[in-house]
Amino acid sequence: MTGYSDLTTWALIVALGIGTFGLRFSFLGLVGDRELPAWLLRHLRYTAVAVLPGLVAPLVLWPQATGGDPDPARLSAAAVTLVLGIALKNVILSILAGGATLYLVQYIAG
Amino acid sequence: MSSSTPQASFWRGFRNGLPFLIVVAPFGLLFGVVGTEAGLDLAKVMAFSILVIAGASQFTALQLMQDQTPTLIVLISALAVNLRMAMYSASLAPHLGSQPIWRRALLAYVLVDQTYAASSLEYERRPTLSPAEKIAYAFGVAASIAPGWYGATLAGALLGTTIPDAYALDFAVPITFLAIIAPALRTLAHVAAAAVSVLAALLLQFLPYNLWLPGAAVLAMMTGAQVELWLERRK
Repeated sequence: MTGYSDLTTWALIVALGIGTFGLRFSFLGLVGDRELPAWLLRHLRYTAVAVLPGLVAPLVLWPQATGGDPDPARLSAAAVTLVLGIALKNVILSILAGGATLYLVQYIAG
Repeated sequence: MSSSTPQASFWRGFRNGLPFLIVVAPFGLLFGVVGTEAGLDLAKVMAFSILVIAGASQFTALQLMQDQTPTLIVLISALAVNLRMAMYSASLAPHLGSQPIWRRALLAYVLVDQTYAASSLEYERRPTLSPAEKIAYAFGVAASIAPGWYGATLAGALLGTTIPDAYALDFAVPITFLAIIAPALRTLAHVAAAAVSVLAALLLQFLPYNLWLPGAAVLAMMTGAQVELWLERRK
């Protein structure tokens, strides 16, 4: 179904594996225990909150499963997860509540 | 309170990593299903999850492959999604840099979102841990997640197309990420960074090669750093 040859597909998987390892090893491997400058650390403190919200936003607003149309069930689930996560700071509970919301709204909406 | 051996750290990491399985497993399962549905054989689906171990980029690659994208662009796009891993690497380097290179290389292989999230939190909470204890903790987290990731992918690939779309497994990804982000919104700087990340990601969608994500991340990190400086100056 993917119009690639066997060899091309394998080359792609291996290249992606090596490239991803390279990104993960970059600073750990090359910088060692040298102190990083304060301005860099100040930026890195925000890595997680800088990447993940951006990654999630289009998935919440324009889910592929609905062909990119906003979906009440997914929007509600995202809101419940975020609000509970901020209020309770409990990852698993937030995920379960978000999942329950998703199924509940899907069920109600038919 | 402070159990001070690498072994104790490893097992604490292992235990702290286990809850992530609730979210990692459906994600891996989904990749196995979607990969098989896209026409990849079992070996290739498993190779993805074992060699790359980065769900979001695996899904990105898979999606683009189905759209008949040129291979180089598939590669660049999927790696763009993983640029954040370099930031994780840089963020952990000051803690783990004194460890032997083979350990750092091994950790780099399993440096996934959850390993990073749990470890950076642990290092913040227990700054007195030795580098050996710190890396043991990270390995512990990874040891509970990675086998689950492989196993779930395998299960998904074997289940293939038998899971109905009604389960909306696609949304396990955003829900997981949201639940991880929420507790991290501790300061005004964190909130500002997250807000810019969302806005920029939505506004930069027109950029080619998934560059909207690294673009949004860089803007958001600059926002966080600047707000932090501004807050410090006001004190």
